[in-house]
Amino acid sequence: MNSRPSLLLRVSALAGLLFLYVPILIIALYAFTTEDRTYRFPPPGLTMEWFPRAAARGDMWAALRLSLGVALASTLLAALLGTLVSLAMARARFRARDVVTLLLILPIALPGIVTGIALLTTFQRLNVPLGTATIVVGHATFCIVTVYNNVVARLRRTSVSLVEASMDLGADYFATLRRVLLPSVATALLAGMMLSFALSLDEVIVTTFTAGQQQTLPIWFLAELFKPRDRPVTNVVALMVIALTLGPILLAVRLTSGTDELHGGGKSA
Amino acid sequence: MSLSPAPTRPLRRRLSDTLVLRPAVLLAVTLLPPLAWMVVVYLGSLVNLLVYSFYGLNDFTGQVEPRFTLTNFAQVFTTPSNVDIVVRTVLMALAVTVACALIAFPIAFLMAFHARGARKAWLYVLVLLPLWSSYLVRVYAGRLVLAQDGVISALADALHLRPLLDGLLRTPVVGGPSLASSYLGMFLVFTYIWLPYMILPVQAALERISPAVLQASSDLGARPAQTLRRVILPLAVPGIAAGSIFTFSLTLGDYIIPGVVGAPGFFIGQMVYTQQGTAGNLPLAAAFSVVPILIITVYLLLARRLGAFDAL
Repeated sequence: MNSRPSLLLRVSALAGLLFLYVPILIIALYAFTTEDRTYRFPPPGLTMEWFPRAAARGDMWAALRLSLGVALASTLLAALLGTLVSLAMARARFRARDVVTLLLILPIALPGIVTGIALLTTFQRLNVPLGTATIVVGHATFCIVTVYNNVVARLRRTSVSLVEASMDLGADYFATLRRVLLPSVATALLAGMMLSFALSLDEVIVTTFTAGQQQTLPIWFLAELFKPRDRPVTNVVALMVIALTLGPILLAVRLTSGTDELHGGGKSA
Repeated sequence: MSLSPAPTRPLRRRLSDTLVLRPAVLLAVTLLPPLAWMVVVYLGSLVNLLVYSFYGLNDFTGQVEPRFTLTNFAQVFTTPSNVDIVVRTVLMALAVTVACALIAFPIAFLMAFHARGARKAWLYVLVLLPLWSSYLVRVYAGRLVLAQDGVISALADALHLRPLLDGLLRTPVVGGPSLASSYLGMFLVFTYIWLPYMILPVQAALERISPAVLQASSDLGARPAQTLRRVILPLAVPGIAAGSIFTFSLTLGDYIIPGVVGAPGFFIGQMVYTQQGTAGNLPLAAAFSVVPILIITVYLLLARRLGAFDAL
């Protein structure tokens, strides 16, 4: 089926892709609009003034700093736990395999609101004060599967004979782990970490329940959506958020391209 | 001080030998920390949530009381307005899932069967980017497009389709004062946001169809349309089922889209959010959040029979 796609197929696929991308382009356009009350289209005029206005918002910078810190901490935690579970699941056969898989995907298969309120009730029962640490716990929980998906796929493609050769040549388990296994999964691990970083940076539903008074960037953004102080500033920050998450994602795609599929199926698959 | 004649091996070597010679130990060392996290933090929280859903609320103080009661579930499943919320949310989730499958199929088909090389890689990135990039920004973008004087309404004017748009908005149930405050608008935004979750699994399922099968179909005299209907579509079902888990589950729990693109009438997610927050009735919020858990569990079992888990 390498023939030329039919006109109908090309038109419907193109329409689908436009559906995905036009709204984002509109946001980019509105970041420059001179109209600050309505979303009138087309904008009556264009200006750069909203960029310095956005940069002057201290609350936005504080939220961004918290988001970056949380994303870093939860990514590191997820990288450790995700790599460990991949090492366990890549080759070993044991009876509870399917249960472990289910457990790992459950936080993304169940709606975020369930994860959020479940964690909230638990923190309340244990009298854990809500704050940065509780946000990190929530984020790490659903980021583990992202790291796991990437690393386990690579481990399965790493030949067992490499490990055996390493041991035959006198390396102990730790040397093999450091010199053979980890280098072979390094790019997959990094890709998984990039995606989990982007995921944490963007998460809002679980965060609203675990953040207490803390404001991550998405929570700041959500507040602006409902009560905007300067509407076009929201557009500028939206543009910035896109630029911010684009980097890690493109890097992750690049790191895994050609070696194995990046399990895009999701925040998920 | 050991008196044994054998030279004592360094600790590191002994640890390594244990790990290499006893796979069960290696398995335990690698599996236990992540498993403990998932069981204690996540499963523990889910169980706690379930327990909360059976707690009561003191009528006078408004405090949560740890006593067993079925009041919360009775409220969720018998109060007409609450039943409406559940029905409304499930119907929206189904509609969004169907729309996502319809829009995703041509894109996935093009990616799997026609695109090659660099163009294919580009298409892949194009679909992947929205999936991982900001959810909130995209919701916001959706609202911008749907706004009263926004892009769609400007486009409708330019193409002289205003009567069509007004007619749609006058339609009972789906319509409303503007696209941004109607179920139709909400449906569009949901579909827009979750679409990539459907494209990728469907593409993966189509990718796995061997060209030999398609050739065999045409050798046996099937026209392209017949091949599509009798061969490709059935083989795409696991992918569609896998994608639908996400479109369905994400719609069931979302409280932000129904808030930002508002039609009157709550969704399950909004109810959970309001009850735990402003209403201060955590047990009722917990009971409400058990509903999506139940629905998703049934859905997962169903999807597994369609082969969704092999397509993930």
